[in-house]
Amino acid sequence: MSAIYILWLRTVKRYVRSKPRIIAALGQPLLFLIALGFGFGPIFQRAGQGNYIQFLAPGVMAMTVLFTAIFNGIELIWDRQFGFLKETLVAPVPRILVMIGRTLGGATVAMIQGLIVVVICFAVGFRVNSWSGLPLAIVALLLIAVMFTALGTAIASLLSDFQGFQLVMNFLVMPIFFLSGALFKLDGLPKAMSIVADIDPLSYGVDGLRGALIGQAYFGMALDMAVLLVITTALLATGGYLFSRIQL
Amino acid sequence: MTQTMIRVSNLVKSYGDFMAVKDISFEVQEGEIFAFLGPNGAGKTTTIKILTTLLKPTSGSVQLDGLDPSVHHNEARKRFGIVFQDPSLDDELTAYENMDFHGVLYKVPRKTRVERIESLLKLFELWERRNDPVKQFSGGMKRRLEIARGLLHTPKIIFLDEPTLGLDPQTRNQLWTHVKKLNEEERVTVFLTTHYMEEADRVAHRIAIIDHGKIVAQGTAQQLKEQTGGETLEQAFLALTGSTIREEEATSVDQMRNMARMFRGRRR
Repeated sequence: MSAIYILWLRTVKRYVRSKPRIIAALGQPLLFLIALGFGFGPIFQRAGQGNYIQFLAPGVMAMTVLFTAIFNGIELIWDRQFGFLKETLVAPVPRILVMIGRTLGGATVAMIQGLIVVVICFAVGFRVNSWSGLPLAIVALLLIAVMFTALGTAIASLLSDFQGFQLVMNFLVMPIFFLSGALFKLDGLPKAMSIVADIDPLSYGVDGLRGALIGQAYFGMALDMAVLLVITTALLATGGYLFSRIQL
Repeated sequence: MTQTMIRVSNLVKSYGDFMAVKDISFEVQEGEIFAFLGPNGAGKTTTIKILTTLLKPTSGSVQLDGLDPSVHHNEARKRFGIVFQDPSLDDELTAYENMDFHGVLYKVPRKTRVERIESLLKLFELWERRNDPVKQFSGGMKRRLEIARGLLHTPKIIFLDEPTLGLDPQTRNQLWTHVKKLNEEERVTVFLTTHYMEEADRVAHRIAIIDHGKIVAQGTAQQLKEQTGGETLEQAFLALTGSTIREEEATSVDQMRNMARMFRGRRR
């Protein structure tokens, strides 16, 4: 347990100390909220779909957590490059605990970042239907955070440098975000896109957030939470396995 | 009675067709300072990685204090400390935090941890700077910190993989004085590699020379000199390994590290 704690603490300390990173990471969600939220707002309204900011805000929260989490997982590559990974790999600690500590640290950072964006969303006019949904929304955010930190760790365990990073961003992370229904409604999509959205785990995260915060769940809360839980567990197991096989 | 601390028998490591280590065997006794020398790409670091559980051998066996590191990873890992060829500190953390992190990972009890961190940081003259982030440290200070960290959990063996690379003569001299002192006082077995022959000559009790993945000679510095008729260890080394320069391909990790160095200025 102490090993998990110290690895968690290290990740969180690194985050707290890198102020520029905290601020930089808030630029993108803010831009999405303002440019898309206010830009598409009137069209959304005219189509009879109500307030777009209300619809978009949970998507932007999920986006923030997704990107921060993936990036924190991928940070493993930095540790490999700068050598710190070796220090943890020769320590008398089962690798799985090292992986769990790192992942929880990364997920915590993603959560903090996500909660800051929740506050920003309120600042630009987002309102919840009822406050009772907030705890469930936090659980959904947490699951998204753990899931994608584990995915980042799994990917980083396979890459030895950043050559493949852009590939991962463009062909995995970006599609996960853009095809998840974070920006648009999932009903009435073309068949092919609808299938992709159905297999995209982030769809369930975004949907769960919407269900909890504004009472609009497309898949239904129960299914959302169940899918998030199963995929998070599966990715933790995969990440743990790949991490424990790293040879330097 | 002295006991065998490191035993390597018929060790082989191959990557596809390429054999990095070709059937080597040697032993290091408890309390010994053992130098493992060889040109670039001879197989030194690969051997150290196998001894320290970072790589699995292709065949052959390795024992640390009687334990097989590929089976009893964690028991074996408790028994050694290591200073890697390239830095392995967290630059964003302070010297003290790096030490503390290590102590917690190695389950050093809190009280012992606090005392030992203090005494080691004082010994390596870093106590005054304990609360500064490591990114502000010079190369020599980082190396000293890594050695102090490697000794924190009172290991029986310490591996030093080119610990003096890029350091000035003053720092190198001081570093070896510390290592010798620790070897005498705490009876730590030292396994070191270096490219500075005079260092090996000065500190090592016994030396093995590896070239192209094979051990070409073993013995005390004196024996190696006599065997080759060289006056210095450097002459003996060149006589044994030839004078051709070994080209090493930059690995993707090296390339990345160079890129990271350029990038770091902007990132931090």
